[in-house]
Amino acid sequence: MKYLDEFRDPVIAKRILDEIHRITTQPWVIMEICGGQTHSIIRNGIDQVLPKEIELVHGPGCPVCVTPLELIDQAIEIASRPEVIFTSFGDMLRVPGSHKDLFMVRSEGGDVRTVFSPLESLKIARENPNKEVVFFAVGFETTAPGNAMAVAQAAKEGLKNFSELVSHVLVPPAMEALLSSAKNRVQGYLAAGHVCTVMGWDEYTPIAEKYKVPIVITGFEPMDVLDGILHTVKQLEAGTYQVENRYARIVEEGGNQPAQALIRDVYEVSDRKWRGIGEIPLSGFKIRAKYADHDAELKFNVGDIKADEPEICISGVILQGLKKPHDCQAFGKECTPQHPLGATMVSSEGACAAYYKYQRILND
Amino acid sequence: MCLAIPGKLLEVFEENGLKMGNIDFAGSVSKACLEYVPEIEVGQYTIVHAGFALSVLNEEEAKNSFDAWDDLIDRANKEGIEIDKLERPN
Amino acid sequence: MDFPEYLSCPVPILTHDTVQLAHGAGGKLSNEMIDKIFLPRFSNTTLEKMEDQAVLENPGGRIAFSTDTFVVDPIFFPGGNIGDLAINGTVNDVAMSGAQPKFLSVAFILEEGLPFETLHRIVLSMEQAAKTAGIQIVAGDTKVVNRGSCDKLFINTTGFGFVPEDVNISASNLQLGDKIILSGTLADHGMAVMTSREGLSFQSTVRSDTAGLNHLVADMLAVSKNIHAMRDPTRGGLATSLNEFAMASSKGIQLYDDKIPVRDDVRGACEILGIDPLYVANEGKLIAVVPADVADSMVSAMRANPLGKDAVIIGEVTDKHPGLVTLATGLGANRIVDMPVGEQLPRIC
Repeated sequence: MKYLDEFRDPVIAKRILDEIHRITTQPWVIMEICGGQTHSIIRNGIDQVLPKEIELVHGPGCPVCVTPLELIDQAIEIASRPEVIFTSFGDMLRVPGSHKDLFMVRSEGGDVRTVFSPLESLKIARENPNKEVVFFAVGFETTAPGNAMAVAQAAKEGLKNFSELVSHVLVPPAMEALLSSAKNRVQGYLAAGHVCTVMGWDEYTPIAEKYKVPIVITGFEPMDVLDGILHTVKQLEAGTYQVENRYARIVEEGGNQPAQALIRDVYEVSDRKWRGIGEIPLSGFKIRAKYADHDAELKFNVGDIKADEPEICISGVILQGLKKPHDCQAFGKECTPQHPLGATMVSSEGACAAYYKYQRILND
Repeated sequence: MCLAIPGKLLEVFEENGLKMGNIDFAGSVSKACLEYVPEIEVGQYTIVHAGFALSVLNEEEAKNSFDAWDDLIDRANKEGIEIDKLERPN
Repeated sequence: MDFPEYLSCPVPILTHDTVQLAHGAGGKLSNEMIDKIFLPRFSNTTLEKMEDQAVLENPGGRIAFSTDTFVVDPIFFPGGNIGDLAINGTVNDVAMSGAQPKFLSVAFILEEGLPFETLHRIVLSMEQAAKTAGIQIVAGDTKVVNRGSCDKLFINTTGFGFVPEDVNISASNLQLGDKIILSGTLADHGMAVMTSREGLSFQSTVRSDTAGLNHLVADMLAVSKNIHAMRDPTRGGLATSLNEFAMASSKGIQLYDDKIPVRDDVRGACEILGIDPLYVANEGKLIAVVPADVADSMVSAMRANPLGKDAVIIGEVTDKHPGLVTLATGLGANRIVDMPVGEQLPRIC
């Protein structure tokens, strides 16, 4: 595929890898924020071929994994109601709440449907005027423009039976939360290319300066990821901490202005809980009061549903690269990919899920 | 976190008052909303996430990346570094 | 959607346009449906006797026997429908033992209200698939259930054939150094079904690969009867079948990423939906594990058959990491190809 296959060329990828080996003189800890990059790293085995001095810490950048338990419980409560058609991206259906997941709601008779775009959810609302159609609006900045459009469009069309259960999270506050921790080990960041496509990179400059960390905006194909690592290591070795755009074919400095405008119109910044990390101030979005008709949390009055994460789970410190999965007493016992307790086991690329697979080799 | 891949815009149309387009991903054609890329023209590549086009691909910048990587390869050739070939069966 | 010419056969005239509960009640309407829809298409001397059972000649030796039920949604998808899928699926399951499938039973569960025009189209493509595979439908059953008790129609097929002497194919037979052969491109069927589902707004050139593989298997056995393991990677895809081989044989399997063929349009659909083709269902492909010394001639013979034209060696059996499947990436790394946890779903991250 054009603009995809060219960025998977093993010869060029290996040359970039050689260059990383050539310039690396000491240990560095780099976090890739984004789950998509983690996916690419694991899928291509990038972590296996980097110099052993470079430690990659997989960041919290998977909206599915960081959606807090209580929001899943709220989703399950809404989806169980007979008048509701509950729509969601496919990834969310398997994520366990306190007692069950959305798949189980469906097996119990709930109308739970997978959609690929929030506009499809809107279409379902148009076609089912006697049903309440709810969209589970999860995601980072990248997904916000689409989810905001669905609300704005529902308001414009007067589709009162469409609402969103919003669990939107923002990358820069999470980066700051990790960096400001006294135990922080992360020295450089690969910033998430597609988040920057929407938001640009203004927000990262003060973070890079305050914490003296290089932040390199990175794409997702093997050559992109390796190139992002190369330029992060270059900065670390040189002692610089700039924001650098290595995904310029997609990302512009100002991001996508029309998208930002509609996001601001529909959502306002709010505090958000992150699974595995806890509450981070001003780290997400909620629907503005003027669109309250389309806010499922208000419409179904589920705001009171609270849930605490299992105390035994240490996914928060694992996310920060402070502990390894086998330091957790639940690892491989109460907590497995089939029955995950925390964010890092929920995602197949999460550190715990990856270790769980890898441990089988060690045992053999 | 955010799966988005580039595809080529084939045609533009309107649906429920929104600017939409059909995007070709190597033969699989999917509909996407174009409201956020008002400047896009048929034939250009765009990156699509969850049914929304978010950015028009900058072909000049793509070429710049390759030029930089080509320089790495050239330097390897000059310095006589061999980029090892993959081992394969047979 | 385009249909082959044989499907333009006019719908027989029946008393009703749609299936009624009475069509399953064993009376006049049942007989009318059997006489007009099923018998003209599936006819053979055994079936025409209309006995409660088929009495068949037994040539002796071992029998390969398999059953499968088909509930695919949507029932028509690019490249096929639930009918040819139901024939080919069981033909393939029997053929993976090395047997030539000979006889098949077909059982329908029909939802009240199903248009006969739909049923007729499905039955025509079943006839065609059975003819192509050279298999006889010798027993059948039809039930009609209340609207909502099933989704349009479900089909069960059960089939058997006779396993040639000296052929011993089993998932537990993998030997060190064996080669893994894949008969063609991956993920065509699963992506054809997924992209034709409502809600994904796809217009795709992706077509199901549904096909009976028994003649291809015969071509392979003509090269050598020494096939160690063979399977058609349907649900769960290549990754699942190979993991089953690796576990049953306590051997490792090493794959090479750049050897695994996937059509461009299929890959496009996989990329945008975030789906890994290694885990997607195929309905007209097989994987065979064969000794290294026959692998190349086996591949050549397969390529001479249209259903094996893209056949290729994608990996080998190793004594490293027994029970696990690994994939060598373009970067020279090696990653584990695990069993899937559940159904593949479109994802956003």
